[in-house]
Amino acid sequence: MMKNSLMRNVPENYNPYVSSDDYKSKKRVLIDKKATNSTVEYLESYSDLFDKLNITDGMTLSFHHHLRNGDFVFNAVCQEIKNRGLKNMKLAPSSIFPNNQCLVELIESGAVTDIYTDYANGPVAECISKGKLKGEFLMHTHGGRPMVIESGAIKIDVAILGVPTVDKKGNGTGKIGKSACGSLGYAESDVTYAKKVVFVTDNLVDTLDDYQLDGKYCDYVLKVDAIGDPNGIVSGTTKITKDPVGLKIARMTAKLLDEFGVIKDGVSMQTGAGGTSLAVAHYVKNIMQERGIKGSFASGGITGYFTDMLEEGLFEELYDVQCFDLKAVQSTLKNTTHHVMSGSRYANCFDDNVVDKLDFVILGATEIDTSFNVNVTTDSHGKIMGGSGGHSDTAHGANITVITTNLIKSHMPIIKESVTTVTTPGADVDVLVTERGIAINPLRTDLIEKVKDSKLPIVTIEKLLETAHEITGVPQKIERSKEAVGYVVYRDGTVIDTIYKID
Amino acid sequence: MPGNNPAMLQNSDIFEADAVIYDLEDAVAVTQKDSARILISQFLKSSKKPFPMEIVVRINGLDTDYYMDDLNMVVSDKIDTIMLPKARVETLIELDKILSRIEEEKHLTKKIGVIPIIELAISVLEINQIVTLPRVNGVLLGAEDLSSDLEVARTKKGDEILHPRMCIAVACAAYKIDSIDTPFTDTNDDIGLKEDCRFVSSIGFTSKAAIHPNQVPTINEIFVPSRKNIEWALRVEAAAKLADEKGLGVFSLDGKMVDKPVMDRANKILKKARNYNLI
Repeated sequence: MMKNSLMRNVPENYNPYVSSDDYKSKKRVLIDKKATNSTVEYLESYSDLFDKLNITDGMTLSFHHHLRNGDFVFNAVCQEIKNRGLKNMKLAPSSIFPNNQCLVELIESGAVTDIYTDYANGPVAECISKGKLKGEFLMHTHGGRPMVIESGAIKIDVAILGVPTVDKKGNGTGKIGKSACGSLGYAESDVTYAKKVVFVTDNLVDTLDDYQLDGKYCDYVLKVDAIGDPNGIVSGTTKITKDPVGLKIARMTAKLLDEFGVIKDGVSMQTGAGGTSLAVAHYVKNIMQERGIKGSFASGGITGYFTDMLEEGLFEELYDVQCFDLKAVQSTLKNTTHHVMSGSRYANCFDDNVVDKLDFVILGATEIDTSFNVNVTTDSHGKIMGGSGGHSDTAHGANITVITTNLIKSHMPIIKESVTTVTTPGADVDVLVTERGIAINPLRTDLIEKVKDSKLPIVTIEKLLETAHEITGVPQKIERSKEAVGYVVYRDGTVIDTIYKID
Repeated sequence: MPGNNPAMLQNSDIFEADAVIYDLEDAVAVTQKDSARILISQFLKSSKKPFPMEIVVRINGLDTDYYMDDLNMVVSDKIDTIMLPKARVETLIELDKILSRIEEEKHLTKKIGVIPIIELAISVLEINQIVTLPRVNGVLLGAEDLSSDLEVARTKKGDEILHPRMCIAVACAAYKIDSIDTPFTDTNDDIGLKEDCRFVSSIGFTSKAAIHPNQVPTINEIFVPSRKNIEWALRVEAAAKLADEKGLGVFSLDGKMVDKPVMDRANKILKKARNYNLI
């Protein structure tokens, strides 16, 4: 092991993280796009899929996670791997959810040995944390994943992608169909660069005029009864929190952004789909309405709250890589200024990406340290429970990155002297807003200057840590194993931290 | 806040309320009274810093078996005020005696205040005497129980409590103590809350109780001085300073005479605004 620039142990055989701007000194690497077809071939079943594509030991299969916790496709492929007794398979799903539990057995048996993903939560994440995966486990970002695919760092043999509606030319869309999920942004790189592409659908139509996935890259179509359970595909209606602590944090955040002077005509923003993030959007919306401000765009995972803002004329456009609720899915159909986009367009550091144009982003944190490094990958015991997703991409791209979090959760301070795992480097994190005060990264002297006369409770992050310790006491240090189970890969492909085994 | 809820107690100081009421009465089941007393006293004891708000504990009424244990357990230098349900002149006099004994026994360095809750018809009749009693530094209207005592329906508009509201507002103003309006119980109706606050503010109430922390910003918005009033008061203050330098007792601003009552009003606004860190 060696140390990277954040003094984190990283393996010798990977490139260590240097800085969040280091990609600027590198050139974009693009492998050839996959061969195109004028016709597609239809498959009978998952078994037929494995036969026709000659899927054998050691191959790399990729998936997207747009069907989220309702996805049937990933699990069906896992079942076929098991049925065939395949070994040493490599899987590259853009995320892993609790409903993918069937993968645990494949990991334990050695059927699956390597996994590349941007997010992992649930039994599979726990299984990997316990050191049961025999090969490589890399956690990318949503912008880093298309980058490693287009550069050939991850070579996909077969992309097996659930697509809510496919036409006879192999064009695919997520906007319609009984399993509609809206944008299919995370699938686009797989479609373009995998050696072979299979669309699995439960809605085959004659022709599509509006599609996101181009049929010329599609080799095979498999029609099944259902690609997912709609109840798990969308999370219902996402709602603003009613928690008074979350609302206080949101009010303070909106006021702070206003004092920074960013809530003005042309403003662009992104928030998560969590209740507190949406509450920030709500208070920002109030300010915009009061002053007749019109924003340029909102981006990211899109919720109904943002489609309402679009329809009310508060934004000109939405850039959507992933829909979080039914209202957002419906909006992709009816609003021509609600654009679906690829993961690469969203956040690939080598692409003309959207995140670089953001005025501000509101993000969460499982832990944040006094250097403003953020962990959203593991809990404080080191167990994998998430991942960057777009966290470090948006944090780097946005002009102002705000972390909103309770200072104390489950009687534990969220601020640490050093986070358990670094997901997003502190250099890209500008502000922390908690219910007991706001800390601005000392690197952002411009922001500190803007609010030097503010009546908001602005303190140092060390002071917030002290406040947390006054309430909870100083937590005991957790002794961690030195055995690595995986690595956190920054958006430029370098390793920013190591994930260690837990008991 | 219910006195038996640790998470709520922990965050009770962050909501920008002027006072927090830790409850031992209706929000705490009979079987939880002991644990709530212990929790409140230990929570207050363990806090290393002074709280940014007044600490009030609502005890059980003097007509119950619980009030003495409440007082013996929670009265300390860490609290400011005891809130007494179904208060009457006689119970307030009795409470004063008990508090004096406890203060002496525990060698308290402060005198504990009392906020009576007016929730009986007879208490409305006694209000002019209640506000004169020792320790009474504010009065809370308890409209739910009062409506029950009056045998009238409780409405959002509040016609049924108009008279008690007027009585309390005037009595408290006369003795320069806080008049605290009854909570607005629909936590999902922010517009209704705002209207209710505006009304009671217009008849002289100085404050309002919140039944949920999410109501505090709305209440503060109405009861803290408006930007317009602060700017007016600042102009009065500046003009008064200038007049003083010129040796003028009375002067005019915007064509209107400014005399002592007007200056007093401006000073009150500025004092409040400075307390709330608005200027």
